[in-house]
Amino acid sequence: MKTAKSPEVASAETPDKRGFYGKFGGRYVPEILLPALDDLNAAFADVRNDASFQQQYQTLLKEYVGRETPLTYAGRLTGHFGKARIYLKREDLCHTGAHKINNAIGQVLLARKMGKTRIIAETGAGQHGVATATVCAHFGMSCIIYMGSEDISRQKLNVDRMRLLGAEVRPVESGAKTLSNAINEAIRDWVSNVDDTFYIIGSAVGPHPYPLMVREFQSVIGTETIDQSLEQEGRLPDYVLACVGGGSNAIGMFYPMLDYQDIRLYGIEAAGEGVQTSRHAATLTGGHPGILHGSLSYLLQTEHGQIAEAHSVSAGLDYPGVGPEHSFLRDTGRVTYTSVTDDQAIEGVRLLSSKEGIIPALETAHAIAYLHELMPRTRSDEFVVINCSGRGDKDMETIAKFIKQP
Amino acid sequence: MSLFITAGYPDPGSTVELVEELEASGADIIELGMPFSDPLADGPTIQYASKVALDQGVNIDSIFEMVRAIRNRSEIPIVLMGYINPVLQYGLQAFFLKASSVGVDGIILPDVPPGEFPEVEALCSDYDIAPVFLVAPNTSEERMRIVDQASRGFVYCVSVTGVTGAREGSEVSLSVGKFIDKVRKNVTQNPILIGFGIRNHQDAMAISGKVDGFIVGSALIDHIRMVYSRPDWIRRTGTFVRHLKYGVKTGSDKSE
Repeated sequence: MKTAKSPEVASAETPDKRGFYGKFGGRYVPEILLPALDDLNAAFADVRNDASFQQQYQTLLKEYVGRETPLTYAGRLTGHFGKARIYLKREDLCHTGAHKINNAIGQVLLARKMGKTRIIAETGAGQHGVATATVCAHFGMSCIIYMGSEDISRQKLNVDRMRLLGAEVRPVESGAKTLSNAINEAIRDWVSNVDDTFYIIGSAVGPHPYPLMVREFQSVIGTETIDQSLEQEGRLPDYVLACVGGGSNAIGMFYPMLDYQDIRLYGIEAAGEGVQTSRHAATLTGGHPGILHGSLSYLLQTEHGQIAEAHSVSAGLDYPGVGPEHSFLRDTGRVTYTSVTDDQAIEGVRLLSSKEGIIPALETAHAIAYLHELMPRTRSDEFVVINCSGRGDKDMETIAKFIKQP
Repeated sequence: MSLFITAGYPDPGSTVELVEELEASGADIIELGMPFSDPLADGPTIQYASKVALDQGVNIDSIFEMVRAIRNRSEIPIVLMGYINPVLQYGLQAFFLKASSVGVDGIILPDVPPGEFPEVEALCSDYDIAPVFLVAPNTSEERMRIVDQASRGFVYCVSVTGVTGAREGSEVSLSVGKFIDKVRKNVTQNPILIGFGIRNHQDAMAISGKVDGFIVGSALIDHIRMVYSRPDWIRRTGTFVRHLKYGVKTGSDKSE
């Protein structure tokens, strides 16, 4: 039986001082942004060791977000497959309905500490936008959310939530009008207003130190899961699954577990209409290394290095890049990255809803759907944890369209 | 005066002739933009021109062919400007080798500031392509000296904290005085060219007095966009460029 003894293999410190995870990461940004990134890096280094900051952060996670989130045994889902026991890490129960708020709180606190008065953010599915708008409302700060107009139409509920919370939602009409274009526009805003503006990136992407900050503020997911696994199963999980778009929920879950070599980690990307088609968002499966949004990572791109349009039924995974640390973990082999299609993800929503009474976000449903492939390989004395990164209320219109089809 | 156009805008067939007209009308340096799908340091004008060029199939090989054709007729310095990813996918070594062989003089990669991608700087040196780096109003004096050290050809002085694009009113000249003094003091080994937001001769004169020259991009592309439907659009663009450089005799600063 495994126990949570100290990791046997210490992983190298990532990222290095220049923000590299192996060859991935870096700070490929206009000169104008370098002073801001230097300031951010210094401020972030300060708060990592600042007891009063950490206490304020932990208090908000507990009293405002509602942490810790439960690790729920999924009994009927387990019975359905008849193999390993399945648990769900319930990030869907966080205030605002997804893990995004863990990071939004951390970065808003940092922005306040740095004296920044204007908050901007991008959003895909709207969960990061809602989380940012929520935390800004809590602190009485103004915020502007950039969102692709395609995403605005498929995540209307979240747009209404953001506006109700007092955020200004700015539609982005360029390119595929999704997350990647929203990031471009947010960066342009930041370049133009760098003195007073704090850009809160919601995913584990962007120039250093963003991927590191997002990892740190999301690592509460993996840390709690380790403690809860020990308490509820007496040992660490055998398999851990998380969906990967930019990769914030996955890195938050995986990072604290990386050194426990016996935990098999799976990142599930969005295969859209199939990785063999041009309509998918499975960056680590079908992409090549390149530079976008300030860092080197796997990218969906043409042979000429133009960024390709991603496609996924799930707005939160619909991104042609991925966090640089995921690229690193792919190449080292520590994490297995795989993908499931739109149709499989919809089936995943149906499965979890009907078996457990939990309607997952379309993003999360990708991880659920992978159970069909994973479970036959498991044994009944093992257990699996799925990061249930968000709830599906925001997706009901999209889901209903699919489910009506014969 | 350095002029920026997106290679292949408004159509790939006219870039060589357009460059010839720009030179004849007073351009001293040509910055040829390599279009990218996600130009995150650019405003709407260059975003638009990039998209038009990409939609017509412009890529790095076709840009090298344009440079080769320009070189058959002209010795004007040519600086390629673009984002790093297409260069990376072309192959760094292959890119610099080819650039050097077709007669490219310099390169500006706005998302590669000095020190963040040493291999690129080494290749510039190996293949004798001048690396042009940027300073902005929020760049520290210490950093300006680093940029000066790393650059050759000229240092690109960004007049405003923002993305590229012609700007309204006097936003440019008002913000720029003290900043230029600071750049002058710290950038001593390279000529300084100032750009971003210059619409016309008056703008250019207002901010380039203390530096070695100015750069116009978006305003030129806006002009081309406006006159492109006319058969003599290249000649009209030449007139616009002469006005940029020498002013308009009528005293109006509205060259359109």
